[in-house]
Amino acid sequence: MARNITYREAINEALAQEMERDDSVIVMGEDNAGGAGSPGEDDAWGGVLGVTKGLYRKFPGRVLDTPISESAFIGAAIGAATAGLRPVAELMFVDFMGVCLDQIYNQAAKFRYMFGGKAVTPVVIRTMYGAGLRAAAQHSQCLYPVFTHIPGLKVVAPSTPYDAKGLLIQAIRDDDPVMFFEHKALYDLSGPVPEESYAIPFGEANVVREGGDVTIVTLGRMVHHSLEAAGELAGAGIECEVIDLRTTSPLDEDTILESVENTGRLVVVDEANPRCSLATDISALAAQKAFGSLRAPIELVTAPHTPVPFSNVLEDMYIPDPQRIGNAVKTVAEWAR
Amino acid sequence: MTGTQEHTALTRDQLLNAYRTMRTIREFEERVHKEFATGEIPGFVHLYAGEEASAVGICSNLNDRDSIASTHRGHGHCIAKGVDVAEMMAEIYGRQTGSCHGKGGSMHIADLSKGMLGANGIVGGGPPLICGTALAAKLKGTGGVSVAFFGDGASNQGTTLESMNLATVWNLPAVFVAENNGYAETTSSSWSVASDNIADRADAFGMPGVIVDGFDFFAVHEAASQAISRAREGGGPSLLEIKFTRYYGHFEGDQQTYRADEVEHARAELDCLNRFVGRVTQTGQLTRDDLAAVDTEVSALIDRAVGEAKAAPLPTAADLLTDVYVRY
Repeated sequence: MARNITYREAINEALAQEMERDDSVIVMGEDNAGGAGSPGEDDAWGGVLGVTKGLYRKFPGRVLDTPISESAFIGAAIGAATAGLRPVAELMFVDFMGVCLDQIYNQAAKFRYMFGGKAVTPVVIRTMYGAGLRAAAQHSQCLYPVFTHIPGLKVVAPSTPYDAKGLLIQAIRDDDPVMFFEHKALYDLSGPVPEESYAIPFGEANVVREGGDVTIVTLGRMVHHSLEAAGELAGAGIECEVIDLRTTSPLDEDTILESVENTGRLVVVDEANPRCSLATDISALAAQKAFGSLRAPIELVTAPHTPVPFSNVLEDMYIPDPQRIGNAVKTVAEWAR
Repeated sequence: MTGTQEHTALTRDQLLNAYRTMRTIREFEERVHKEFATGEIPGFVHLYAGEEASAVGICSNLNDRDSIASTHRGHGHCIAKGVDVAEMMAEIYGRQTGSCHGKGGSMHIADLSKGMLGANGIVGGGPPLICGTALAAKLKGTGGVSVAFFGDGASNQGTTLESMNLATVWNLPAVFVAENNGYAETTSSSWSVASDNIADRADAFGMPGVIVDGFDFFAVHEAASQAISRAREGGGPSLLEIKFTRYYGHFEGDQQTYRADEVEHARAELDCLNRFVGRVTQTGQLTRDDLAAVDTEVSALIDRAVGEAKAAPLPTAADLLTDVYVRY
């Protein structure tokens, strides 16, 4: 039975249900319990934003705090995955990939191929991403394009509590290494989530709004901004089809192409920086495989090619907003050869 | 350095196995050295010749529930952990019949069913991984121990130091084995390692650190036995620093202009196989005939491995795209 819970609670519930179901699932990360070795509470935090709160008491010995040593504990999660556990490691902010990326992209991602198909590495790396919390340049990046580029990794970025639960359960059950991106500005978003366990398959984009005039392809927090824009545009007589990718690797090319073939107009909305991004990748896909259907140039709505700024006025300008999305849609809708 | 008469405790079979494995590594590497010069072997190859006492001294204390992570100089660790020698040779030749079906090569030979987590092209790539296998063994209660082999170069990598810290913090059944062959590529460890010895760093991570004569199988075996027993019994991690010389360059093709004449000296005076033979024949546990029989057997094994590798099929276009994911 569905009831409204937050994105944060949905992730916590997915972890709890999978830990209940499967003893090999463990959770580790900095302050994931919170307070290890300290004189006060030993489950003080449940992660820096409280996502893993309560799991430490529910599953004794299976929620591990770590030193601030991302290479060591992300690598340990990967090693443990090769040895029969299903670890869910938390890379607190994806911006910290710089201190542990080798273990992810040279080790976990490549074991299966390098070893001729003989390795299985069912590790999940949960990580926070995205701007909006005035956390500035080193705590606000998107960076999923970096991981999407790497063969051997799967990359997931849920936009709703429902998807967060179902995609995380799939990630934990999946036999490949999965990067699970949680947008920090969505943690308090509420939505209907079934109490029972369910898995959402990877590589199946979600058409969150149907429309015949313009296709908007997006993911994560930008799904909500795109839906807001689409709602306003409907009042102006422009019907948008909004596609939430859910996973960037695998990428659901069919759903994107089918929609573009129908509308002939494409706007890609991506919070990441624009070079070598999902936005450019998807526009290349449409240009290559749906060229004959396109009736207007593709518009990209992205962050600028800058670090994420601190000051609220600057950060608000940095993040693609419904107004910019609306303008882009109008541009392609009104395009005339 | 530790030196010991403990070898009298090893059985005749154990001694024969240790000799066979060391001899297999030596023959394998000498043969790869020779064959590489013909141009038939592609890519980068880093030879372990001269270092056999380390891999065998450590791994002869391990079983299949124990895991090791290796380095770019990984052939010796693979053989010592029981990876099939013919499949390894085929892999080095890039053949479909290789350990990794020709998709890994010398630097990525692995056999997870034997607890061999792979040679590794990244210096310092292994220590975090064995923290994970050690954690899995601890949580599952298998009694397994995990060993990270790494070089003097990797002893300066953050991953190695972070992993030693984590292993103590989590009290993991782990052993860190620093194989100090004197050079990180061309750079002398006497220059690049800021402490006098790599083993000195153990103190900083709350674990015992032991310096071992890497030319002496028995010294390595004894030190490893203590560290591995300690780990297996829940006593936590240890650091061993195995000191020796590699007989060849960083990789095949290295002109080694940075070196003095230490290889000649080591081959003549210190060689681990010669020392092993001297000691076991002196104590009378094995005879020259016993050892000669092993030599003949090993020589035939390596001949067969090379012959099979050269005759084996190359991978096909279909192999390019498989095994990226379990399912995608």
